[in-house]
Amino acid sequence: MFALSRSDVCIMNRPIHLTNIFDPASTPAQAIVELSWLVLWICAGIFVIVVGLLTYILIRFRRRRADTDEPPQVYGSNQIELAWTVIPMLTVVVLFLVTTRTIKAVQDAVPSPDTVHVTIVGHQWWWEIRYPALGIVTANELHVPVSHQAQPRPTFLKLQSVDVAHSFWVPRLAGKTDLIPNRDNSMWIEPREPGLYLGQCAEYCGTQHANMLLRIIVHARDDFERWVAAQQQPPVNNPAMQAGRDLFQATACVNCHTVRETNANGTFGPDLSHLMSRATLGAGVVDNTPHNLRAWIRNPQHLKPGNLMPDMQLTPQELEHIVAYLVTLQ
Amino acid sequence: MINATARTYPIEPMEEAFPSRGRVGVFCLIATEATLFSIFVVAYLFYIGKSLIGPYPAQVLEVPILSTICLLASSATIMLAERALRQGYGVLFKGWWFLTILLGVAFLRATAVEWYRLIFTHHLTIGTNLFGTTFYSLVGFHAMHVTVGLILLTLVLILSLCGYVTQTQSERVAALSLYWHFVDVVWIVVFLVVYIIGR
Amino acid sequence: MAFADAPLAQPHVDASRLPLLVQLHYWVVTVDHKRLGIMYICTGLLFFAVAGLEASIMRWQLAFPHHEAVSPEVFNRLFTMHGTTMVFLFGMPIILGMANYLVPLMIGARDLAFPRLNAFGFWLSLFGGMLLYFSYLGGEGLSGAGTAPDVGWFAYAPLTGRAFSRGHSTDYWILSLLVSGIGSVATSINIVTTVLCMRCRGMTLARLPLFVWMMLVVAVMILFAMPPLTAAQVMLLLDRYLGTRFFDTQAGGSALLWQHFFWIFGHPEVYILMVPGFAAVSEIIPVFSRKPIFGYAAMVGATVSIGFISMGVWAHHMFSVGMSVTANSFFAASTMLISVPTGIKIFNWLATMYGGKLRFATPMLFCVGFLFQFLCAGLTGIMLAAVPFNWQLTDSYFVVAHFHYVLIGGLLFTIFAAIYYWFPKATGRMLSETLGRWHFWLLVIGFNLTFGPQHILGILGMPRRIYTYAPGRGWELWNLLSSIGVVFQGLAVLFFVWNVIRALRQGPPAGDDPWDAWTLEWTTTSPPPEYNFETLPEVQSRRPLWDLKHPNDPDGRHE
Repeated sequence: MFALSRSDVCIMNRPIHLTNIFDPASTPAQAIVELSWLVLWICAGIFVIVVGLLTYILIRFRRRRADTDEPPQVYGSNQIELAWTVIPMLTVVVLFLVTTRTIKAVQDAVPSPDTVHVTIVGHQWWWEIRYPALGIVTANELHVPVSHQAQPRPTFLKLQSVDVAHSFWVPRLAGKTDLIPNRDNSMWIEPREPGLYLGQCAEYCGTQHANMLLRIIVHARDDFERWVAAQQQPPVNNPAMQAGRDLFQATACVNCHTVRETNANGTFGPDLSHLMSRATLGAGVVDNTPHNLRAWIRNPQHLKPGNLMPDMQLTPQELEHIVAYLVTLQ
Repeated sequence: MINATARTYPIEPMEEAFPSRGRVGVFCLIATEATLFSIFVVAYLFYIGKSLIGPYPAQVLEVPILSTICLLASSATIMLAERALRQGYGVLFKGWWFLTILLGVAFLRATAVEWYRLIFTHHLTIGTNLFGTTFYSLVGFHAMHVTVGLILLTLVLILSLCGYVTQTQSERVAALSLYWHFVDVVWIVVFLVVYIIGR
Repeated sequence: MAFADAPLAQPHVDASRLPLLVQLHYWVVTVDHKRLGIMYICTGLLFFAVAGLEASIMRWQLAFPHHEAVSPEVFNRLFTMHGTTMVFLFGMPIILGMANYLVPLMIGARDLAFPRLNAFGFWLSLFGGMLLYFSYLGGEGLSGAGTAPDVGWFAYAPLTGRAFSRGHSTDYWILSLLVSGIGSVATSINIVTTVLCMRCRGMTLARLPLFVWMMLVVAVMILFAMPPLTAAQVMLLLDRYLGTRFFDTQAGGSALLWQHFFWIFGHPEVYILMVPGFAAVSEIIPVFSRKPIFGYAAMVGATVSIGFISMGVWAHHMFSVGMSVTANSFFAASTMLISVPTGIKIFNWLATMYGGKLRFATPMLFCVGFLFQFLCAGLTGIMLAAVPFNWQLTDSYFVVAHFHYVLIGGLLFTIFAAIYYWFPKATGRMLSETLGRWHFWLLVIGFNLTFGPQHILGILGMPRRIYTYAPGRGWELWNLLSSIGVVFQGLAVLFFVWNVIRALRQGPPAGDDPWDAWTLEWTTTSPPPEYNFETLPEVQSRRPLWDLKHPNDPDGRHE
């Protein structure tokens, strides 16, 4: 269970996770907020001046009922026009310089030796999450360590896609960066507080773009090491689940899914080695419970219409066996 | 109704002071078509060297000197035809005009021969790789414009053989020959990009 | 300004007495710029209603979390068709219709330079639109994979490739836009040629009404902006049918190439849509302030600069694709730069009103609404130009709010201003001021209620183009408010339609010059005869009618 942050509110005992970009919890998001305050102040100033002027004009220069004379015809004024060209230009220059500084700060950041490197591969409509150095492959949930001022430990993400364009957006942690096929993009996060941060795909990628959700779990130091160790374990091989395991390996499931140390090595769908360690199914569409798992496998289209997992046409008994097996994959 | 003041001389439109409508129209068309071609040229340049499999340009492309000379010469002949018409020499006009068409056809034939060779000898089709894609689309797009130009030129030839194209039509013929010059200039660019830079 | 002696004797034919079929035939075969202009505008308004309906269904779906009013497939088609229709089948025809109707009248010509080309352009636009909507019937390629396009109005590759868009829905998107795009280019050639070659005596370029200047710039922009889209669409068609590799990432092709080509078109396109709005406002505000436009030369200069700079800002739609620091900085600079001439225009309009005697007839009401809302749009645009801020805001509802403030708060309001202003000229009848006020206020309330909260949704992290959202994100209230606004907007449009129908049947006659205006279209009858002017006028200043009405203080002295 994770401590609720300032952005998490409880209404009727259900937590509400606000993904407010003005509530940053990570260095790049913080840098963006600092720039945006300047931009907002400038815009507010322009707004006040122009709206004030407009309001004044609308009231002061209303034509009085009986007045039919034409007002003095004024064609222009070089001084005034020069002034309102030069002042905006100067404002633009200032804005540009500040913007470039922040662009560099975020884009030119260099990973420290302690950095966690993650590769995110976008699929229609789920996230493949790989930790190359740690030998971990999971899906839809990104687990990272918290970073402290004294001991920074950012996470650098390499972004790829196997099909169409996607976009990785977790508002409280960083700006969004796209996942584009045949192109490697990169971004980084440096979360300052443990907790759960939500995000989702932000580039229209087809039918279920709306349900390509992201969960970023930021762990305290030791917690993260524990999670890594658990993920690095081989998948649970409970002898009591032999029937389900055999059925799983004999069915087409293995063409798309991987369970390590079995003959299931498909990569089209998410890695199931530690399926039950994740909080949701279908990239956030439903909570990960045995009941939902059963419903998902029985008819994936019902929970996420249009998704690319076919109906496996299992008999009720086969379904029970497989669910019983999968439920053991902690 | 507004009170009018009387005038004692007829009003002439200002149009004599302006360029002819046909000329301005064709310039606008050329501007838009030039932009269209530049996008295909940009795609060609962007994809140079990026094909994952062969055949590659250096292996299969032969510089089309002869057909280029034909096409550039056709610009000269069309200019001569235009001048002849403006000066009222109908027969000379028809002659140069016909020669222009012949040179244009020669260019197209050379393109067809080259494509035949590329497809059947070197197995390079439009879908083979990025080179094939950008080559056939760019050169093909240009060839399409040459074809349209030839159709229009032939139309004018037929009309002139029937006696409809006279000295007073020279402005309209000039508009068409502007288009033909444009097609030529595009070929110079395509030639440079495909056969010189890209090889 | 001068006329020749006796007016021509007009044969009196009451057109409304002719048989219906003859009247319809006359409309179908016409090459008269005024009739084509009206047809363009009516076509545009019809598609506006259709696209508005599509948006209303979307807002109904999004009013509640996990709402199941429509399926994801249907929703995705809705937002694709809504965007495509609004930009290409409402926006383009309306602005080309306005240009068609008004440019010859304002420069003292009898028609556009190429009347038959004009008709050709219109019918292509209409057929292109019909082809897009035919996709609802004919789009099914592979069974169950079809009907209307669902790839978004900017159709990013490789989602539009054969592999990910099966069936023919995407082909309808491509072909219909290719067809109507050719129509737009044809009309633009016409407009440029007309303005350069057919001005009346005395009308130098320095005496062109601002409306005409701005339409000239727009027409030139179309000539340069449409081809990138046409080229990209041809490439996509080749990819889908001949197996070319332009956007085939498996063969080394680049998905980004599509984005670059599309936005090289797409960004100038939004200025192409907006500048005619500026054009209308630049004619209406002076008349209802009783003063000439403040800083004519600067307005022309600002418009031309906008035309140029707009061709160099396109990648500000791509700040999140991972471009280099240099590229991101360059496009930030150019985008911030373009805000300067745009801001100058707002100041010039304000200065025109300053010191004037403001009359708040309906056209002026819409102009004032435009000024306020377009200011908001411009400011959110500046926010989006700050690249790192853009990384949060792009592809979210903040951007949706921004461009709707530009296109509805800006463009639509100016279109209504233009319609209320020039409807009397085109039909000879006045629209009702009372109904106009209802229309205006309902639209102001509805529009701001729908799109104001969407800024907040973007800030709270709601991405665009999602057919549903989970509860517990803090988005429910703002989505509900946004959807309620639709009711007011729908009512506003109904008031408008009622106003038009009522005016056509029983509106008071308008006379030649109901607004006491100053440009040439107000010198002829309402509606103008087919030949526009009995004799072609001659002008000595930018405001020929002002000169006539104030012979002791003509404009020419001050320009």
